[in-house]
Amino acid sequence: MVMEQLDELYRQVILEHFKNPGHAGTLDDAQVKADGANPLCGDELTYHLKLAGDRIVQIRFRGKGCAISQAAASMLSAQLEGKTVADATRVIETMKSMMQGRDPDPAVDLGDLEALAGVKKFPVRIKCAALSWNVVESGLRDYGQRSEDRRQRSEKA
Amino acid sequence: MLDAKALRNDFPILSRTVHGGKPLVYLDNAATTQKPRQVLEALTRYYSETNANVHRGIHVLAEEATIAYEGVRQQTAQFLGAPSPRSVIFTRNATEAINLFANAWGRTALKPGDQILLSEMEHHSNLVPWQMLAKATGASLTFLRITDDGRLRLEELDQLLTSRTKLVAITHMSNVLGTINPVAEIASQAHRRGALVLVDGAQAAPHLPVDVHALGVDAYACSAHKMLGPTGVGILWAREPLLEAMEPFLGGGEMISNVELTSSTWNEIPWKFEAGTPNVADVVAFGEALAYLRRVGLSAIHEHEVALAAYAVERLRGVDGVTIYGPHGKAACGGVVSFNLEGLHPHDVGTVLDSEGVAVRAGHHCAKPLMRRLGVAATARASFYLYNTQEEADRLVEAVKATKLFFGRPAKVAL
Repeated sequence: MVMEQLDELYRQVILEHFKNPGHAGTLDDAQVKADGANPLCGDELTYHLKLAGDRIVQIRFRGKGCAISQAAASMLSAQLEGKTVADATRVIETMKSMMQGRDPDPAVDLGDLEALAGVKKFPVRIKCAALSWNVVESGLRDYGQRSEDRRQRSEKA
Repeated sequence: MLDAKALRNDFPILSRTVHGGKPLVYLDNAATTQKPRQVLEALTRYYSETNANVHRGIHVLAEEATIAYEGVRQQTAQFLGAPSPRSVIFTRNATEAINLFANAWGRTALKPGDQILLSEMEHHSNLVPWQMLAKATGASLTFLRITDDGRLRLEELDQLLTSRTKLVAITHMSNVLGTINPVAEIASQAHRRGALVLVDGAQAAPHLPVDVHALGVDAYACSAHKMLGPTGVGILWAREPLLEAMEPFLGGGEMISNVELTSSTWNEIPWKFEAGTPNVADVVAFGEALAYLRRVGLSAIHEHEVALAAYAVERLRGVDGVTIYGPHGKAACGGVVSFNLEGLHPHDVGTVLDSEGVAVRAGHHCAKPLMRRLGVAATARASFYLYNTQEEADRLVEAVKATKLFFGRPAKVAL
């Protein structure tokens, strides 16, 4: 069996995250709760993020789906926990541009997420990996909007 | 018996290789089938020699195009056992055929409180149009349940058929489970209660002899591209009196008899339902597909696929961790084998199979309610056709084993 191409998609670190995902679970007191799905393949992810000020202090996720989607969720959690929202957003933007075939900004530390570089050669699987950061991004965006609304209301009051 | 190896010579695509020289094993025939050169040549020949618009020209090309197009309507009627070509309507696909019937029949025939009876194993194409129709008319949907191994619970049919049931819309063969439903029996029960029966034959017409007259149904939909023909051609057959009574689906050219500024009268059936320039070239080429299928013989094709599926099922059952869905070996089943590998999502399975040259479908197969009923998010599906061989079934099984090995490699560290 010619494995090179497959090995590039399913790098060892991806398979390890798939088999033993870190950050699995839920957080009752999370400020950000977001979920998403790839309706065509049935990948599902729910993220809980706890924030202190502008810093993500804890991340947990629950999900089911293919190895790529679940490994990406685990790797993204590991990479974003402890980061400020601005830094987390930079990681997400970097992953997006990587999937579009651009070289990632070397200034951004991607950690294990770098192993997902092989996914871009499998166009039908990009959405599997992208589900994780799309869910986190939309959760953070909603949270930012809510915070902004609160600030404006308190200014008026 | 049919000689699949000899038939393969007619299908140019089957000799191509993928992923660095691996022979293609095409097992995604329930999604679409490959085309024999007879169909490909007919397509080129039509555009090279005949191309014209149909039904309205006075020149020789238009006349030839019309004769060819209407000839395939005649062929299709014969293929389906329909008494007259007047009852055969060409659409874009089976989905559009069902939508045509749902709208043209349902919007005038149904009133609030009426019921449409479907089953839990329907493809979205035989579910969503009825949901839309129910919403528009105030009718409701009821469902014939299935057993855990994927057969209809026919014993519940009598109870579900009430005086309010106006239509039973059911698949002839499940695109996921392979189950072949006893359509004739369902039709006779439905008719006793005064309900019409529409059959989604997208997976049956390509694979087994279909005779709408013998089945006793009222409408039948199928799709040319799943039966060796080009994409872009669907077929709706329905009983003539039904079609006569139905309002048009789409309005425009071709479907009218007379047009005033504020009103129009309709053309005769079937043209009343074929607004605009039809897909002439693909219909003409579809005629070659029908001729090809008739030459090989639908009974022989069915036998060949059933044998291949039974062989694949038996070998896959011997692989630890494989779950197979559908009533294989217990009830009538076609050449569709849905399966899952323990602990793996079918997309990962599909990707590894693909790297071995084996093309299968992985996903919900446009049957999400059925996936939920089976308790899975998705399945991998191998589906056979007349050109598939036992060696290809073997390659499927070997690739499934390779998938297990690939993902079975131990993880080095716990994270």
